[in-house]
Amino acid sequence: MEVAAAKALGAGLAVIALAGVGIGIGNIFSAMVSTVGRNPAARDAVFPIGILGFALTEAVALFALLIAFLILFT
Amino acid sequence: MDALGQFELHTALGGLGRSVNFTNSNLMMVFGSALIIATLYYGMRPRAVVPGRFQSLAEIAYSGLFSMAEGSIGPEGRRFFPFIFTLFFFVLMGNLLGLLPYSFTYTSHIAVTFGLALLVIVIVTAVALHIHGMHFFSYFFPEGAPKLLAPLIIPIEVISYLSRPVSLSIRLFANMVAGHVMFEVFATFVVLLGGAGVLGSAIGILPMALNVVLVGFELLVAALQAYVFAILTCIYLHDAVHLH
Repeated sequence: MEVAAAKALGAGLAVIALAGVGIGIGNIFSAMVSTVGRNPAARDAVFPIGILGFALTEAVALFALLIAFLILFT
Repeated sequence: MDALGQFELHTALGGLGRSVNFTNSNLMMVFGSALIIATLYYGMRPRAVVPGRFQSLAEIAYSGLFSMAEGSIGPEGRRFFPFIFTLFFFVLMGNLLGLLPYSFTYTSHIAVTFGLALLVIVIVTAVALHIHGMHFFSYFFPEGAPKLLAPLIIPIEVISYLSRPVSLSIRLFANMVAGHVMFEVFATFVVLLGGAGVLGSAIGILPMALNVVLVGFELLVAALQAYVFAILTCIYLHDAVHLH
């Protein structure tokens, strides 16, 4: 029973990393919104870079999620 | 409930499939590839000046990916365009077909995504060695950096280069697994609440509605991850062609 409880706690601790990812993705999109707001013509140039930054940041969240899954299901 | 049961491999096509280990994953790969080829073939057949819907689909996909490849690699990107086009559509089909009920997401297996990422990295390294020869290894030491820092910078650059296939494959695989596990978790809520009387059934509509929203979100993620896979391949190829 202690092992199951420790697994649940460990999985919960593993996803604390999502706090940082949330801040990061928020930063990326806030920068993107303010850029497009200042210069709407830059939209097409900025969009792929923003999406790329989003994907790279989201990968960190998924690494954390993967660790949580590994702890829970193996 | 078993949230990871949906990713299990089974042999497909009966006895023939069992004898050559042809799994449902392989079946979906063949089906996805056939679907891409059929879409492009029948899309490009009319050759109309004013394209219909089907032809527009093929043309928009072609020109969009072509401008992406040319924009992020440079003029040399034309040579790599077929590779990027194929990669994008293979990943996209894997992600999209996996959203159909009772189907199988072949991009949800690390073996498949890591295979694709390894292919990308081998091609990128081969291109870089072909174009720059031994000069390629200067990639691991930026120009103008103090020589004293070499023992620190070179291992970091080598590790970051070697971790590219890992992050490329885990990003796609973890996105797909996380999305499908999320479906299963919310579907479990629906079933559990449905078994808890009239009030439970009424509340059970909420996770059900959320699951519908999630399908829409996963459609976005499916396209986005295919795009990210393709554009990261372009960026790696840009590094290989231009060295920084």
